[in-house]
Amino acid sequence: MTCKELIDFLMDYLDGELPADEARQFDEHLEICPPCANYLASYRETVRLGKMICQPEKSVLPTDIPEDLVQAILEARRAE
Amino acid sequence: MSGDVIDEAELVEGLRRGDDAAFEQLVRTYGGRLLQVARRFLREEDARDALQEAFLSAFKAIHRFDGKAKISTWLHRIVVNSALMRLRKKSSKMEESLEPLLPKFLEDGHQAHPSAAWPENPEEAVGREQMRDVVRQAIDQLPEGYRNVVLLRDIEELSGAETGELLGLTPNAVKVRLHRARRALREILDPQIREVTA
Repeated sequence: MTCKELIDFLMDYLDGELPADEARQFDEHLEICPPCANYLASYRETVRLGKMICQPEKSVLPTDIPEDLVQAILEARRAE
Repeated sequence: MSGDVIDEAELVEGLRRGDDAAFEQLVRTYGGRLLQVARRFLREEDARDALQEAFLSAFKAIHRFDGKAKISTWLHRIVVNSALMRLRKKSSKMEESLEPLLPKFLEDGHQAHPSAAWPENPEEAVGREQMRDVVRQAIDQLPEGYRNVVLLRDIEELSGAETGELLGLTPNAVKVRLHRARRALREILDPQIREVTA
């Protein structure tokens, strides 16, 4: 198992989609290869940070919509 | 969202009658959250236009809303569609290659630049808003075909099949693109996260 193979199939590993013997090879590689262990952690973190950007900002209530946009939408409907 | 406490059946009934007040209630109740959805795909001005188009489409299609899903879920799908259509119209250039953004390997398969550890919860060190900007800008750097897959799968949390349907890809192609896009995103974020938290 090389670092390239591990990284190429990392999503399958994390999703539990690898056969047991292949998953074991991944486990073994990760135990002896700190750069790949770091890579795996940062890959997971990348996904987590992506999800973070869709959480509402504290200063903006989820129901906030600019009044001018409300009026523009209502006007567009009337114009149809 | 405050839409959870409104009477959806009554609202849908009003929309089907063409009631102006029901339409306005729909916009005011769901518009804020849906604008945030559109902003994840588009810049501000386009996000507003996409939202407007989505509400007008929803109003015209309300007779096809069967009530099996919540109206917020139905609207969410329409906004995502509207945003994707707008992105498609704007994108006339050929799909850029992702290769320059992918990790590099030596001939023996080792990482060319061995990955260093990231700090845990980097947003705590630099602030949530700054980290949000860093991630947003990184996603913007992905070629469109990859950015859309990340937005739909990881952020909107649609299934591979739903994402494929929206983008005209097989579920397997979605899976391949998602992994490549995440790897590219990690590469873009790597120096920035280590720099902002240094």
